[in-house]
Amino acid sequence: MEHIISVLVENKFGVLARVAGLFSARGYNIESLSVAPTLDPSTSMITSVTDGDDRIIEQIMKQLNKVVEVLEVVDLTETHFLDRETALIKVHTKPAHRDEAIRIAAIFRANIVDSSATTYTIEITGDTEKVEAMINMLKPLGIKELIRTGRIAISRETTRTAFPRREPALLKN
Amino acid sequence: MTGAEIFCESLKCEGVKTVFGLPGGVVLKIFDVLCQRKDIEFILTRHEQGAAHMAEGYAKATGKAGVVLVTSGPGMTNIVTGLADAYMDSVPLVAFTGQVSTDLIGNDAFQEADNVGISRPCTKHNVLVKDVNDLAQAIKEAFYIATSGRPGPVLVDIPKDVSIAKAEFKYPDKVNLRGYNPGVVGSKQNIRLAAEEIMKAKKPIIYVGGGAVFSDAAEEIRELAEITQIPVTMTLMGLGSFPGDHPLSLGMLGMHGGYWTNMAMHHADLLIAVGARFDDRVTGKLSEFCPEARVIHIDIDPTSIKKTFHAHIPIVGDVKPVLRQMNVILRSMDGNAASMRAYRAPWIKQVEEWRKTHPLTYKQDDKIIKPQYVIEKLYDLAKRDAIVATDVGQHQMFAAQYFKGHKPRTWLTSGGLGTMGFGFPAAIGAQVAFPDRQVLCITSEGSFQMNLQELVVAALHKLPVKIVLLNNGVHGMVRQWQDLFYEGRYSASVLGKTPDFVKLADAYGIVGLRALKPGEVEPVLKEGLKHKGPVLMDIHTDPYENCYPMIPAGGAQHEMMLEDPPELKLARKGGSRKRKVDEGEGELPA
Repeated sequence: MEHIISVLVENKFGVLARVAGLFSARGYNIESLSVAPTLDPSTSMITSVTDGDDRIIEQIMKQLNKVVEVLEVVDLTETHFLDRETALIKVHTKPAHRDEAIRIAAIFRANIVDSSATTYTIEITGDTEKVEAMINMLKPLGIKELIRTGRIAISRETTRTAFPRREPALLKN
Repeated sequence: MTGAEIFCESLKCEGVKTVFGLPGGVVLKIFDVLCQRKDIEFILTRHEQGAAHMAEGYAKATGKAGVVLVTSGPGMTNIVTGLADAYMDSVPLVAFTGQVSTDLIGNDAFQEADNVGISRPCTKHNVLVKDVNDLAQAIKEAFYIATSGRPGPVLVDIPKDVSIAKAEFKYPDKVNLRGYNPGVVGSKQNIRLAAEEIMKAKKPIIYVGGGAVFSDAAEEIRELAEITQIPVTMTLMGLGSFPGDHPLSLGMLGMHGGYWTNMAMHHADLLIAVGARFDDRVTGKLSEFCPEARVIHIDIDPTSIKKTFHAHIPIVGDVKPVLRQMNVILRSMDGNAASMRAYRAPWIKQVEEWRKTHPLTYKQDDKIIKPQYVIEKLYDLAKRDAIVATDVGQHQMFAAQYFKGHKPRTWLTSGGLGTMGFGFPAAIGAQVAFPDRQVLCITSEGSFQMNLQELVVAALHKLPVKIVLLNNGVHGMVRQWQDLFYEGRYSASVLGKTPDFVKLADAYGIVGLRALKPGEVEPVLKEGLKHKGPVLMDIHTDPYENCYPMIPAGGAQHEMMLEDPPELKLARKGGSRKRKVDEGEGELPA
């Protein structure tokens, strides 16, 4: 099962290498990884999407906790959470395709952030399903280049206690 | 103060008396300051790997952190094996490595290596100190991390300019580690639950690992075993934490554990794992390991719990205080020693029957020396508080089987990583820590040759390590596996030629003795142990002797091989199976 694990770490050099190295050394899978400082500049948040059965996830959590610079480890999939990723998609736009590209962007509430004689660059933010849905829609036009941030996630404040755990159906937007 | 002076003062504040290592370009400033001080002894090794294992031996024997100081580049890469070994076996080690100046880092400078990058997967923690103002804090934290919680190696990388730069020195009295909190106390509720299970169990067994040694919990384990009348087995790392000659001791378990021990494990209804981590050499085939047992697992490291094997009652905490609490509860529960003894009697009787059916055996004739015989004789002749360091292979397993430990921290061996070349330097490290104790190194010609350059250190410092070298001319454990699982094709396991170890000892200025026949073993051991200085005893043993019992890798715990299989016996008598010895490597010694 897929898990989103938030790892709060000290903002020091080498910490990301230690965390990433832990995954590779023990054969754990990383589907995506995103890192940025938090409100407190002395800490960073690493959001990692990983895959594994309960035993592996428990080991990942414990092993991460063991790293000296790791301050907190949370498996967001155990709570209610919001997750987002951003993608920048450069699509080929022959004159005949431009309207279609604009329409698709509008459907997904995405923005065209750059344009050239032959391309549009579309920015989309959303959960993975939404991002992938749009990518699929754009494919027939021809995608020249694509970049995704990987997922970031945050726990939901209001529903944290209001709903039982693990009811993703309620939360999909 | 310069960084170099801060370094030395910090070591003094940590109570460091001995440093093992080797100098080089970027650490010259530190060495320059070090030699002007009288309070820190420096042991110059002949290879950095020797320094790392000496520091490990020192640490294992004393419980204090071992300290290594080496230069950048090759100096650091040469200690990697020691770091990895210490990481696997939870040995507190603080390694200081020199680094090129901060302005050169990343430029492929002379003797530059990414010390922090290389050591990351084999250290508990590591740090590159880029500012002299951070040096004292980094050293304080290194010692704290290395020795607290589950101990382990920590590397501190010090660039040349940091050792020269000046800063005000004040040794910090506190560490500043937000993400590190090793002071875990076991859950009271689970300790009580565990105590209740222990009282109820009909066929319980205590399974003790290295964590009990590091936690100094020998007394508590003895108390637990005696109150509850539960037999105790130890892992290779746990040997010494319970007296080997105690009636409740089952000796070592696992791949080369006793038949009775593994049978007891297999039939146990309750497993009390104490500071052990269910290593594959212990469990064999996991799906058939202890099939009937409920499991209580006490360990300070939460990652050890439920890593390979399930635990019904996990207790995350330091072994010693957890057992103390548990013993108090157990004492308060009803039942006195006599009734407990009666309750456990059928189980103990069963275990003793297993012990009687298949005890450890070997046949010593008057022609060729059996390795087991040497270890047994050595055990008889050695002092009771002798410290024993071993290398890795058959001799290590024979030593674990026949040299019964009595006290914790007297058994120094490389368990997790299985590092050949560990034993001799580790023995030197222990002898440096305890100059007046008897320190024995049980080794073989294969392992010993991996770090024999340190003989000169023993000679120079008059460290009276007694080396008992079981010389069979082969990598014995490899040869055993090839005989059992590769139809006797001795690929690269026959050494072909070994040096004359008596002459070698002579060349290094120490006493060398030799035993070629069974009758010579006892006199040689007696003479060697009597001698005041270091001694190398070259004892020629049977190259065909195999170590049993044996659980083949991946085999189930209760399915042990107890002797050579019939086809191997036949081959030994010149039967059908032909041996192929690699060309140029020669025949096995007769």
